This record gives sequence, structure tokens and C-alpha cells, in this order.
Amino acid sequence: MSFPLLTATALTPAVGAVVTAAVPAARRTAAKWLALLFSLATVVLAAAVLLRFDTGEGADRFQLTESRAWIADFGVRYELGVDGIGVAMIALTALLIPFLIGAGWNDADPPSSPANGQEGPKDDEAPATRRWRPTQGFFALILMVEAMVILSFAATDIFLFYIFFEAMLIPMYFLIGGFGDRAGEQDSEEGQARQRSYAAVKFLLYNLVGGLVMLAAVIGLYVATADQLPEGTFSLQAILDARAAGELDFGTGTERWLFLGFFVAFAIKAPLWPLHTWLPNAMGESTAPVAVLITAVVDKVGTFAMLRFCLGLFPEASDWATPVVITLALVSIIYGALLALGQRDMKRLIAYASISHFGFIVLGIFAMTSQGQGGATLYMINHGVATAALMLVAGFLIARRGSRLISDYGGVQKTAPVLAGTFLIGGLATLSLPGLGPFVSEFLVLVGTFSRYKAAGIVACAGIVLAALYVLILYQRTMTGPLKPGLEKLPDLKVRELTVVVPLIALLIFLGVYPKPLTDIVDPAVEHTLSDVQKTDPEPETPAVEAAP
Amino acid sequence: MIGLLVGAPLLGAAVLLVGGRYLERVGHWVATALAAVSLVLAATLFFDMLGRDGEDRALHQHLFSWIPVADFQADVAFRLDQLSMTFVLLITSVGTLIHLYSIGYMEHDPRRRRFFAYLNLFLAAMLLLVLADNYLLLYVGWEGVGLASFLLIGFWQHKPSAATAAKKAFVVNRVGDVGLAIAVMLMFTTFGSFAFEPVLAGANETSEGTLTAIGLMLLLAACGKSAQVPLQSWLGDAMEGPTPVSALIHAATMVTAGVYLITRSGAIFNGAPDAQTVVIVVGAVTLLFGAIVGCAKDDIKKALAGSTMSQIGYMMLATGLGPVGYVFAIMHLVTHGFFKAGLFLGAGSVMHGMNDEVDMRRYGGLRKYMPITFVTFGLAYLAIIGFPYLSGYFSKDEIIYAGFSKGGAEGWLLGGVMLLGAALTAYYMTRIMLLTFFGEKRWQPDAQGHEPHPHESPLSMTIPMMVLAVGSVGAGFFFDQGETFVHWLEPVTGLGHGDSPVSHGMVALAATGVMLLGVAGAWWQYGRRPVEAVAPSGRWITRAARRDLLQDDFNHAVLVRPGNYLTRGLVYLDHKLVDGVVNGTAASFGGLSGRLRRVQNGFARTYAVSMFGGAAVLVAATLLMRAV
Amino acid sequence: MSPENYLYLSALLFTLGAAGVLLRRNAIVVFMCVELMLNAANLALVTFSRMHGNLDGQILAFFVMVVAAAEVVVGLAIIVTVYRSRHSASVDDASLMKL
Repeated sequence: MSFPLLTATALTPAVGAVVTAAVPAARRTAAKWLALLFSLATVVLAAAVLLRFDTGEGADRFQLTESRAWIADFGVRYELGVDGIGVAMIALTALLIPFLIGAGWNDADPPSSPANGQEGPKDDEAPATRRWRPTQGFFALILMVEAMVILSFAATDIFLFYIFFEAMLIPMYFLIGGFGDRAGEQDSEEGQARQRSYAAVKFLLYNLVGGLVMLAAVIGLYVATADQLPEGTFSLQAILDARAAGELDFGTGTERWLFLGFFVAFAIKAPLWPLHTWLPNAMGESTAPVAVLITAVVDKVGTFAMLRFCLGLFPEASDWATPVVITLALVSIIYGALLALGQRDMKRLIAYASISHFGFIVLGIFAMTSQGQGGATLYMINHGVATAALMLVAGFLIARRGSRLISDYGGVQKTAPVLAGTFLIGGLATLSLPGLGPFVSEFLVLVGTFSRYKAAGIVACAGIVLAALYVLILYQRTMTGPLKPGLEKLPDLKVRELTVVVPLIALLIFLGVYPKPLTDIVDPAVEHTLSDVQKTDPEPETPAVEAAP
Repeated sequence: MIGLLVGAPLLGAAVLLVGGRYLERVGHWVATALAAVSLVLAATLFFDMLGRDGEDRALHQHLFSWIPVADFQADVAFRLDQLSMTFVLLITSVGTLIHLYSIGYMEHDPRRRRFFAYLNLFLAAMLLLVLADNYLLLYVGWEGVGLASFLLIGFWQHKPSAATAAKKAFVVNRVGDVGLAIAVMLMFTTFGSFAFEPVLAGANETSEGTLTAIGLMLLLAACGKSAQVPLQSWLGDAMEGPTPVSALIHAATMVTAGVYLITRSGAIFNGAPDAQTVVIVVGAVTLLFGAIVGCAKDDIKKALAGSTMSQIGYMMLATGLGPVGYVFAIMHLVTHGFFKAGLFLGAGSVMHGMNDEVDMRRYGGLRKYMPITFVTFGLAYLAIIGFPYLSGYFSKDEIIYAGFSKGGAEGWLLGGVMLLGAALTAYYMTRIMLLTFFGEKRWQPDAQGHEPHPHESPLSMTIPMMVLAVGSVGAGFFFDQGETFVHWLEPVTGLGHGDSPVSHGMVALAATGVMLLGVAGAWWQYGRRPVEAVAPSGRWITRAARRDLLQDDFNHAVLVRPGNYLTRGLVYLDHKLVDGVVNGTAASFGGLSGRLRRVQNGFARTYAVSMFGGAAVLVAATLLMRAV
Repeated sequence: MSPENYLYLSALLFTLGAAGVLLRRNAIVVFMCVELMLNAANLALVTFSRMHGNLDGQILAFFVMVVAAAEVVVGLAIIVTVYRSRHSASVDDASLMKL
């Protein structure tokens, strides 16, 4: 057996988490550097995964597979493997984490330390600061989430996936509940803590409920396979093979119930309307890097799992549910955008914008066309990068002023032009300006949807206009106009912050101008998924005139 | 080579934006030089093209595969044919001139480097728009110019009005962009491609219904970009941007992109007469709308903006006529590019000398103070009103003639509308001339007590104006001489000959007649007697026109206010209803557990009783099961 | 003698113990009653072992004895601690689940 690359990729951050957590309280800075180092090592490993992945004709669907017996009595195996979609998602996750660590460099410092944006305090300070350990915890938890997310992208055993899907809730819970940006609408320290713990509990309960429903479905799936196959299995590949060979047929009723069980869990995670209300709270209360972690990384597991498990395991039920899911996705798109328009809190605005974007992703997945699903996969990646850019800059801004309220800002452009510029680029990416990554994916989703469901495609277009509105209104209110009092001395982006933002922007531009490397990886996987659900792209109306080569 | 054309200004924009402070001193020269590089390249390509025959003139360049997903193959590929060449020349020449002009105009602005970066960005996007070989790449340029326009309108960000205008322009344009997006999607589902060649070649074999749908969507896009009714409302506000921007983007190039789009998609519109009718109606309505607004505005730039709208209405109308009109729409577009840019630069020069005062009622008699501006502005003025043998005369008359040749009552109606428009054009332009350059001086000290000292602008500003004035005077004659322009464009757009009930000469005569009428009318009102420095309240039509014929009131009442209520309502509902259900569920569980908690009272013996009770029940149940 | 009689005895002892647990307040007495119940159970187990002719019941009885011994150690310690802090060995006084 070859080197277990996927396991190594996932274990690196996990080990990093343990090591970081073990750093003595006084060596805060060392812990930060360690965390960064481990996240960079993960990037290297993820790059190795990307390079080893074969995109050629006739390559296997799942590659870099690993398989070990685990709980033999229930047919649970430690099975990892990635298709093109998984590779892309792992790459995104690994790539984003170092930026989040960089952006959150000072977010978990002792409260006595000077305002964010300046170097952390020296390690030999007052005793209270000397014993301050949350810094280590913050970075360890982020790395832990990364490990869990990578494992859930790589797991091809359904039970294994379920475990990681649930396990990532625990570090997330502490990240949301334990670290705020000290800039809530509530002024008192206590009020903020209450808001935070409300958000964290809401996040946990919502996702646990989804996980519970999914657990029931996972067990149901096992029972169904145990009934019909020689022995029960959780292996995705085994189930797909058995179904292809005609040995496995869930029956219409069972399949629909199982589909619903899985889908509800993923729809909560993704968040799809009307199961979205935890997201604005969670993103609003947590620090900017954690908010990015939620929406750009953790939530992607939901949409990813829809694509891999819902469609792969239950093709007929997916077909059956498509009208409802598409309606929900459209509602999400419009509803999220309208609510983003009505927000007074910057981070909640971005959260609602994300809900709108998740609507696009789900729409693309259930359009069941190669453009739709390819676009949805690209969307997951582009949305991750774009939201990271916008949210992190918003976080820098919030850390400077100590307020999340849009009305507290105005004319920032004058004192901090670079900050304003990067904020604008992040915003433009969010509204899918051509030339930046999100445009490619959004257009693919729209085309993919339109070629099968014309009306849905047109309705989704309203999302484009609304996105322009909420982004530009946000920009106009915060960055332009006369300078609001209290902002006169607002410093521009520091070197650390620039190092975080500039690569993200460069990536956005690259993905917008030359997304071909990505589509080459994703396309074969999408073809496989489509063949699972037995769908082909609709033919053009007029037989295509052969285009000149 | 074609890629370089786009690449040069793009490079400029990137370098200037990234370079930061280090380029503060030389930034504007870098930008201007790169614009000039594009111009030189364009000229080279142009002469190269002249060396080939009509059919072989089109050049293709495939750069790389952009978005390949199954059947969806988007490429970054360029196409340089006569139509794009015309635009490229117009864009690079006017663009370079305006870069030059801006060096003087923006001299005292601390953020001049950014201004030039944005200008370069605009050039790149606009060139991409006209050079793209498929509709998706065109869409990139389309939104790109929208972005540049957004950045430049809102360049003076500290002014809330500028920021608002910028946002408004982008959002209204976005509505149009959705039309283009849907058109591209329709093309993909219909033809399986959205490159020009297969789409335009396939148009003959597709049902009229589909073509009409595509056409209407393209028209929506064109309306957004070219400020045609009903998406016209942003153009007036866009005058918040620096004047060179208004000249380049909102007069000469970007706003004419809609005309380009429709001309480019000629094959689609030719197969969809219904869509063409709508184009004509939109063009005709805008033509009058813009002219009426232009007659009432006292802000010199907004009056010119109304005029721009109206002139583009002419072009739109001409494209709606089909092959009869395409060539002349483009011809008017080019001549308009020259004289309108000239007019805006003149207006900028005037404002430059007048402490940025824009109210024409506070000008007056400026011809003595700004002779060069006066002459160049005057020549452009004569060109736009269609003074015989200046460029507007040729291009506009051809459009009016094409309108008549629509035939029947429609032809007469269109011709009539356009002649009315010509009269109005003469009226509002003469009004601008009279208010600005003639009469007594009417300016007063501003709030800080600075009295304006009108003076001529520096050479870097006046030279572009002079060049444009030459273009305004000569372009039409040059194009019309031996029908140069018609022959040039015919291979791309085709050429139709309508059956006109009136002869060319008659049209020219009528147009000149109404022009004189308009001039006379304006003189009657503004030339005979001194003009009041404060605008009289006027009749209802004047008041309405000053408010842009209530366009904003309409949009506000129909879209903005209900939208606000909707968002606010939804925010409330999201909190109370959607989240309320969730919180309610949580609360009911909380209540239930509160009740259950009472059972745990801490008395060991209570627990013991429940244990024994439970055990007894279990035993009983087991026995019962046995018995059964 | 029929082994069933042992079972009757066991049931009687168990009932006595249960009644004691439910009715008495003194923790020590309650504790002794619990022991009584455990031993009643032991008696039953041993009897079953005898009746079925295998050793399973006796083995189980040993387990019970070990558990009972452990319980005595922990339980008495708790009772003594509670008595020290409250000067009472009544189980009803210690209803707060804390000292």
C-alpha cells in the first residue's frame, strides 16, 4: 500500500492542534507560529494530493484510496478517497486556513493587549496575561476543524463521514462561543458573552438535530444494505457498484425517506431557507476568521455532501425532490439577498449574502447538468475565497473601530484607501463581477439551470441585481461620503493584513481569468455524478452549427 | 497583436493601482502613453486591414480556453473586423485625447494616479467589449466598463451625491446586464454556443419566437448600457463624475455599446421583426425624452447628458430599422463620438475656468474669456445640430432618410419624430451656446466669497478639444465622400435599401429647416433679452423636464419604496417567524424540561419509590407477556 | 427440603429490606436495608444455582458481594461526611444533592 497521503493531509492539522494546545501559556507567539507552520504543511500536502490526482481519460473516479477495517461487526471501514470535487474542496480548505490564522493573529490575545492591528504584547506581562491560554486554544481549535473538514471531504465510508461531519461541531462550538470580536451591538461585556453563547448553542443544536436525523438515515441505509447484500456496508463505492449491478434497490418509499434524512442534515449545514437562521447569529457573533471558517469551509461540507451522497446514493429520490429543492434554492437566493439589504450589521449582511450564494450552489447541484454541477463546485471554491476576502477585510475594519454597525462608518476611503480598495474588490467578487472567480461559477450555475429549467434560471438572475445592490450600498455607506466622527485616525492595512488579503485577491483574479485547471479536475467527477443520477445535458434546440475550431 | 491592444491599458491600470505612491509623479504619463500605444497598435492594424479585401479583413485570434465545461466552451478569443475596427479607432483616439486632457484637468487632484488607473481600466474593458469573439467575453467587457464607470462616476467619493450616482449607475446597468446574461443563456440552449459565428449563422434556422426572445433580452442590455428608456435614469446622475469621464464614457464610447451590441447581433434582429419594432419604439421614445430633458436642464453637463440620450436614441432607432440603418447608426455613433466628446471637453474647460460652477444661468458672455473653448465648442455645436456639411448633417440625415424609407404611415411617423428631435436638438444646443458664451456675465462670488476668474485652459486641455473639433467638422464629409463608410462596413453589417417616399435632398432640406426653426426658437427665448440668473419656475412641462420627466419619482414610488418596505418586512419576519419557530421549539423543550426537573426533588426515598414502582411495573409486564 | 422455600425466604427478606428503604429515615438503617435486599438477591441466586445444577448463580452472587462491599465502603464514607456537616443522618435532610 502506498503512502497514505490523504490521512497524512488530515492528520497534519490534527497533530498541529495538539502541539499548539500544549504550548505553555507564556509562549503565545510561539503557538501562533506553530499553528501557521502546521497549516502551511497541510497546504503542501494538499498540493501533493492535487498533483497526484490523475485527471486523464479513463482515470479512476476515486483516487488515492485508503481502506482499513475498523468496526468489522457493522461493516464500518476507514475508507478514504477523493474524486475531482473532493480534491478541489480539500485544496480550498487547506489553502484558506493559513490566511485565517494570519487574519486572526491577534484575535485571541488577552483583553488587556492594545487594539488589534498592532503587534501582540510581549510574553512577560501581568500575571493574568501570563496565564492566558485561550490563544493556544483558538489556533488549536481552528486546526482541529480543518482536520475534521478534510476528513469529511475524503471519507468514502458513509459512517466515517457521519462521524467527522458531527465531530467538527465541537471545536466550532467553542470557537463561536469562546471568541468574539468585542464589538457587538450590546455594549456590556456580559451582554456580548450572552449573545455569543446564544449563537454558539443555536449553532450546535441546529446542527445536532440535523445530525440526528442523518444518523437515523445512516442506520436505515445500513439495514437496507444488510437486507439485500451478503453483508451490510457503509462503503459508498460498494453501494454504487451494487446498485449498478442491480443487486441493490432500496424501493421508492425507503429511498425517499433516506434521502430526506440526509438532505435535511445537509440543508441545515449548507444553510438552505428556512433552516438558515443559525448562520447570521453564528457569523455575527464570532470573530471574522471564525465566521469565514463557518461559511467558507464548514458549510461547504453540506453542499459537497449533497452532491456526493444525496445524488450518488439516492438518484431517484433526488429526481423526485428536485422541484422542491429548486424552489427552496430560489427562495434562498432572493430571500437571502433581500435580507442582506435590510441588515444594519456588516457581518450579518455578509452572512445573509452567503445564504443567497448557497442558494445558487444548491440550485446548480439540483439542476442536474454538467454546467450546473461543475458551476456549483466552482462556486463552493470561489465563494470560499470571495467571502474570505470580504469578511476578513470587514473584520480588520471592525477591529479598528470596535463596531459592527454599518451606520458607525462612512468615508473610510479617505483615511484608509487600501482597506477600502480591498473591501471593494471583495465586494465585487461577492456580486460576481466578470474577471473575478465567482462570475465563472455563477454564470455556469445559471446556464446549467437555465438549460433545464428556464423559469428558475430567470428568477435566479434577480439575485444578480440584488447582489449589486447590497454590496454597493454597503460600500457606499461605509467607505464613501464625509468622514464619520471617530474615524479620523483610522489606520490603513498593516503588512500582516496585506499579506492575508493580497494573495486572496490574486487568487480571485486567477480563478476568474483562467479557471481551466480547476474545471479540468472537477469535470470528470461531475460526469460521474451525472451518470449516477442517469441524467444527460439537454440538447440545444437548433442542431449546433459546427463552430470553427 | 489584438491581445496587446487590450493588454496595454490593462497593464497600465494594474501597474498604477498596485504601484501605489511610487508612481504618483509619473502615473498620468504612464497611463497616457499606454493609451497611445493602443492607438498606435490600432492604427497599424487598421492600415494592415486596408491592405486586404473586403471579405478577408476580419482577423481572429484565439488566446486560450477560458471556461470549458462539457458543451459549454467559452474562449478568450478576439475578432477584429471592420465593425470592431471602427470602434477600436474611436475608442483609442478619443481615449488618448481625453487622457491628455485629463492631465491638465485633474492636475490639482491628490488622487490623480487612481483616476488614470481607472481610465486605463475603462479603455481595456471597452476594447475587450468590442473585440470579443463571443457573447460571454463581450459580457466581461460589458460589466467591465460598468465597473470603470462606477469607479469614475464615484471618483469624488467624499461627495455623497457622487457615491450615490455611481451606485445607481451600476445597479441600473446590472438590470440591463441580466438581459445580456439571459440572452447568452438562450443562445447556449438554442445553438449550443454563444460565439458570434455559430450564433449569427444559426439565426436563420431558428424559430422567430426564440429570436425575438433573444433580441428583446439584448435590447434590455442595450437599454441599460446606452441609457435608453426605461433604464435611462442613471445617465443624468452620472454627470457627478469628473468631466473627462463624462466625455469619454458617458458620451463618446461606453453609452454607445448598446448600439454596437444590436448592430453586432444584426442577424438575430433581422429574423425577429417584433424585436426590431420594440427597438424602434425605444429609440424613438428616448430620442424625444432626452431632447425634452435637455431643453430644460440648467446644469450644462446634465443638458448635454440629455442630448447624449437623445442622440443615442437616433442610433437605436436606426439599428431597429435593420440593414437599412446599421451603417448609419454606426456612422452617427462615430461622428457623435467626436462632437459630443468635444462638447463635454468644452464644458469641462468652462467649468475649469469657473470654479466648477455647472449652472449655465451663472455663466454668460464667456466667449471673450475663453476664445479657444468657444470656437471648438461652437464647431461641435454646429456639427450636432446638423449644420450643412458638418458631420452631424450627414449622419443624422441618413438616419432620418432611413426612417422615412420604413414606408407607409410608420415611415412618416418615424421621420416626423426624428425631425422633431432635430428641431429640439437645435433648440437645446443653441440654448446652451447662448447661455454659456453670449449675453452678459451672470456669475457671482461663491459661498467663500471667491469670484470666478474665467480663463482659458492650458494647452493639454485645448489641444484635444481642437483635434475633436476638426473631427466634428470633417468626419461626416469624409465618411460620406464616395460612401467610404458604407463600403467599409457593408461586409459586416450588410446594407439594405429602403423605399423612401421622399428624396435625400428633401430630407436634407427639411432637416436644415427644422434646425433653423430650433435655433430661432432658442434665440427668441434666450438671445433677444437678458437671461435671469435664477431659473423661473416655468410651466408644468418645464418643471417635469427639470425633474427628468419624473423618472426618479417613478422609480422611487414603484421600486425603491416598496422594496424598502419588503426588506424591512422580511427582516422582521425572519426574526419573528422563521427564527421564531426555531426559538419557539427550543423554548417549548425548555419548558418541558423545567416541569420534568421538579421530579428530581433530592429526596432519596422518592427516588427509591419510583425505582420500586418501575421494577414492579416491569415485573408485572413480564408476567403479563408470559401469560399472553 | 424443597429449594423453593429458600426462594420464599429470599422474597420475604427482599420485601423487608425494600420496606425499610422506603420507610426509614435514618441513613444507616436505610443502608442496612439495602444490604438486606442485596443478600436476599444473593440467596435467590444461590438457590437458582442449586436448582439448575450449574454454578452461574453462585458466580453472580460473588459479584454481588464484591459490589456490596465496595458500596459499603463508599456509602458509609458518604453518610459519615453528611453526618459531620449536617449533624443528622436523616436521608430527607440531605435533599440538595450537595453538602
